[in-house]
Amino acid sequence: MNVMRLPKESVAKTLADARADFPILGEKVHGVPLIYLDSAASAQKPRAVIAAMLGTMERQYANVHRGLHWMSERTTDAYESARMAVARLLNAREPEEIVFVRNSTEAINLVAHSYGRGVLEPGRAVLISEMEHHSNIVPWQLLRDERGTGLRVVPVTDAGELDLAAYERLLAAGPVGLVSITHMSNVLGTVTPAERIIRLAHEAGAKVLLDGSQAIVHRPVDVQALDVDFYVFTGHKLYGPTGIGVLWARRELLERMPPFLGGGEMISEVTFERSRWAHVPHKFEAGTPAIVEAIGLGAAIRYVEEIGYPAITAHEAALTEHALARLASVEGLRVLGQAQDRGGVVSFAFERIHAHDVATLLDRSGIAVRAGHHCAEPLMRRFGLDSTARASFALYTTSGEIDALADALAKVREFFH
Amino acid sequence: MFGDLADLYQEVILEHSQRPRHGKRLACFDASAKGDNPMCGDRVQVFVKHAPDGAIADVGFEARGCAISVASADLMAEVVRGRSAAEVKEIAGKFRALARTGHSENPDDEALEALQPLAGVHSYPSRVKCATLAWHALLAALQGRKEASSE
Ligand SMILES: Cc1ncc(COP(=O)(O)O)c(C=O)c1O
Repeated sequence: MNVMRLPKESVAKTLADARADFPILGEKVHGVPLIYLDSAASAQKPRAVIAAMLGTMERQYANVHRGLHWMSERTTDAYESARMAVARLLNAREPEEIVFVRNSTEAINLVAHSYGRGVLEPGRAVLISEMEHHSNIVPWQLLRDERGTGLRVVPVTDAGELDLAAYERLLAAGPVGLVSITHMSNVLGTVTPAERIIRLAHEAGAKVLLDGSQAIVHRPVDVQALDVDFYVFTGHKLYGPTGIGVLWARRELLERMPPFLGGGEMISEVTFERSRWAHVPHKFEAGTPAIVEAIGLGAAIRYVEEIGYPAITAHEAALTEHALARLASVEGLRVLGQAQDRGGVVSFAFERIHAHDVATLLDRSGIAVRAGHHCAEPLMRRFGLDSTARASFALYTTSGEIDALADALAKVREFFH
Repeated sequence: MFGDLADLYQEVILEHSQRPRHGKRLACFDASAKGDNPMCGDRVQVFVKHAPDGAIADVGFEARGCAISVASADLMAEVVRGRSAAEVKEIAGKFRALARTGHSENPDDEALEALQPLAGVHSYPSRVKCATLAWHALLAALQGRKEASSE
């Protein structure tokens, strides 16, 4: 196969100068330099990603898998090489196990639809956790309401960790077909013990889906070593563009699952009597895919690989430790969760100051944080809160930015005395 | 450090949000409605007690939300007391314009004058709904509905 090489000139080799790769980080808001601490909602994009997408649209673009012409063949190569990049990132057995979707939400809906309605045995329940993002709750509720599929929820401890004893009890409490759990909480930063979750689920005869939307940004993921069955993530949090996400699943599962959407690209033969499905992964990629975005995601993955997970993980661990120490000394501030294993996401709340007021004040200091329920209302309720503010870190975050956050929070408290 | 934020969080606003005078459920009320802002999770329930002539005798509220939404509910409760439903509707319309544009057509109007401290929200588009939430709930209650329709 003729694999297109993407331009590499702007790729940083070390973390130290990575900041310069993100043009937006030079912007000002309200006349002060932007301090972007909202990467868990969506990460900023390095030049390598922007260049790859621009280059595609300016020099080498056509529809994929269709045209018997040069442009289409080259674009198909680039699109498929992005699939290979994802396969490499996850250590998938083969690129055919990678299904391109729009985002994590669509990936989970695909599994809930095709696996939940097509493969999951009736009478077997789905297990989720109390710290799931709404995107890993609602698709299962829809399945429950339509099919009567049981839905059980593993509680979270006061420390913000998965309650493993309760998990084991729930696995034993009746047949479970699928455990669908986050690999890292977008609110608490908690990294869940994936190996253990998976081993226990498999012993109970259940498959496991990990929502890697946050985890993949901070940690290397090896689906074979994890022995997981489904893994999903979303491109825009991994320094890639919006509109592209990934479902990885074992090939035999993808083979058994009926299609999700029907249309072009996903068939091998169509008559009005019946259609035959294309091979995986194309069976799940109906219609013209997000070609430019997939190529952008491929570039984002190459960028992350160039810097390397060891450097990223170490940098973010240091930032998180620094943030926890600094925030602990802000009077009246409560930090949610004290998980042993955590990534670069910290949620916090003042007793008497609403998170939106905190966010508005921080915004005027150029600091972008998220405030609200973070699409995890059940988890908020678990901790007795309506909303929190959340700072999240990326490979380009500096400890100076965290100092600025802590200083500003102390002033927020003064402001509302 | 937060210099221009003094426009948004004026002393009056801080005062009303921290010590709302009407921030409670009325012991007996004739109408009540809830409003919520799913985008940010702000929630308010407004309680209305009518006078024999149909005017508003008292308004109380329970709110979970930011300083702007609580202060706005409290100021509203003050402003609408003794007014008819028709008057309240008119003030609500003017207040919405004030929150969106920062200006009011007749700033000398007594009610609008009292609501003026909230004019600062117009430069924070994502916060305008915080200021108008309680008003939507109040209008719903006056129309006999239990829940405010979102904008
Ligand atoms: C843990 C987690 N799961 C799922 C999602 C949904 O991602 P998307 O909105 O891109 O589908 C997010 C992001 O908001 C997330 O943090």
